[in-house]
Amino acid sequence: MTSADNLQAFKREGRIVVVGASLAGLRAAEALREEGFTGSLTMIGDELGEPYDRPPLSKQVLTGWVPAENTKLPRRREVDAEWLLGVPASGLDLATNHVRLADGREVPFDRVLISTGVRGRPWFVESEAALDGVFVVRTREHAAGLQRALAAGPSRVLVIGAGFTGSEIASICRERDIPVTVAELAPAPLVGALGAMIGEVAADMQRAHGVDLRCGVKVTRLEGDAQGRLRRAHFDDGSTIDTDVAVVALGGVRNTDWLQGSGLAAGVWGIACDTGCRALDLNGLVTDDVFAAGDVARCPNPIYEYRLISLEHWANAVEQAEVAAHNMVSGQADRWPHLSIPRFWSIQFGVNIKSVGVPTFADEVVVTQGSVPDHRFVAAYGYRGRVTAAVSFNNAKWLDHYQALIETAAPSPPPCPAPDQPADAKPVPVDFPGPTLLAQGATVVVTGHDPSERRVTAAYQHR
Amino acid sequence: MRVVVDLSRCQGYAQCAFLAPDVFRMHGEEALMYDPNPDDARRDQVLRAAAACPVQAILVDQLEGRDAPAEASPS
Repeated sequence: MTSADNLQAFKREGRIVVVGASLAGLRAAEALREEGFTGSLTMIGDELGEPYDRPPLSKQVLTGWVPAENTKLPRRREVDAEWLLGVPASGLDLATNHVRLADGREVPFDRVLISTGVRGRPWFVESEAALDGVFVVRTREHAAGLQRALAAGPSRVLVIGAGFTGSEIASICRERDIPVTVAELAPAPLVGALGAMIGEVAADMQRAHGVDLRCGVKVTRLEGDAQGRLRRAHFDDGSTIDTDVAVVALGGVRNTDWLQGSGLAAGVWGIACDTGCRALDLNGLVTDDVFAAGDVARCPNPIYEYRLISLEHWANAVEQAEVAAHNMVSGQADRWPHLSIPRFWSIQFGVNIKSVGVPTFADEVVVTQGSVPDHRFVAAYGYRGRVTAAVSFNNAKWLDHYQALIETAAPSPPPCPAPDQPADAKPVPVDFPGPTLLAQGATVVVTGHDPSERRVTAAYQHR
Repeated sequence: MRVVVDLSRCQGYAQCAFLAPDVFRMHGEEALMYDPNPDDARRDQVLRAAAACPVQAILVDQLEGRDAPAEASPS
């Protein structure tokens, strides 16, 4: 039989398992059927219920407008799948091509797509995380719980971490007229994603809306009362605040723990894959039957010097899922690369913040149009003299223009494309905080001398 | 009915907010907030809004409740 015959047989009666039944998993399943895959399709997900959309959780749901259970994703088509929900996958055996579930069941596959995403990083002290009033916001249930807590009229909310989610939650507290303190270890909000200059703008926005913003501080302890209710938070500068709700918004943890021992290049940064969404094994060899998509995938982007980049972006999850699905049922010559330019948005303090490209891949940033004090501007990021990203505050219509600059490696700083050139458009250093994660060191060791013997083995770290 | 808006595509033209104001609302100058599960009575409005979106960012459920998929099945 030729490989073309094999492919046709696989499309007709093969077995595909999708691990992770959220946005990326669902869109991949729909795309597989759209591509003509008529074999068996199994969806594995750790949460009960249908796939739902997460961005509204920190916005429409927390304002109280939309109930958390009203966020189920619209379907593009029927997927005719078997859904195994409420039980997480606990292992992947590539010798026998089985996914193992936490309840002991084994699910066989010919090809598997991993789209297990990320979970909210929990508060680091378990007993404090368990206090009544301490929340993370990642799932529908989390959002519903926090919404109820906000509706009960807390005396003050503490948001720990001023990234996008933390800032959005602080914004909603102010919209609901709830006093809110934001604690951020970095010098300003959003600094990790957008750098120091934009961070200052974000800090001004928060303070102008009455947020008690404390930067450069660490929350050291969450203190409860005898009933196990949160009462107070302690900071590393010795100060304390009384609070009854704390939201831990310290980013996500990629759901790769279950792949330990699988032989895949999976770790804290995600699952390394090629642009065709095929997962790499520990040695960096491309696998044929294991694919990855969504927040958990770590994919090289040729525009950014082929660096492996994982993105927790909605549009990336959708586009990568479609590419993965296409490639799962296509021969080598027909495969697509996932080459999209990242797009991101956040709504906070009445401002629409959007970005295109990878702002962290930059050494300088310049406001190219509009007015920073009016919170209506575009800033362009450059790396070694070419445009690599742009961020807009209430100026989203211009991002397509900047995307074209990124795609054509246009020189940085770019000229202002509109009549609203800012008075002082000088590039400044982008100034990101140090890459603390990079300092965690190697996760593998290399063994063997002969080319046929050289292999990498995982060296999992104890934290 | 179920709706999702690709907000990375949305450019804040606000056509949807004129055509289905109970479902799509502008938040500030150009940010869009929407109800992802509007009442079926709004279907015509929502379909008009989706059709009018200059960047085609609004996706409406294609199954229209025909399918009863995917509740838990730890069998």
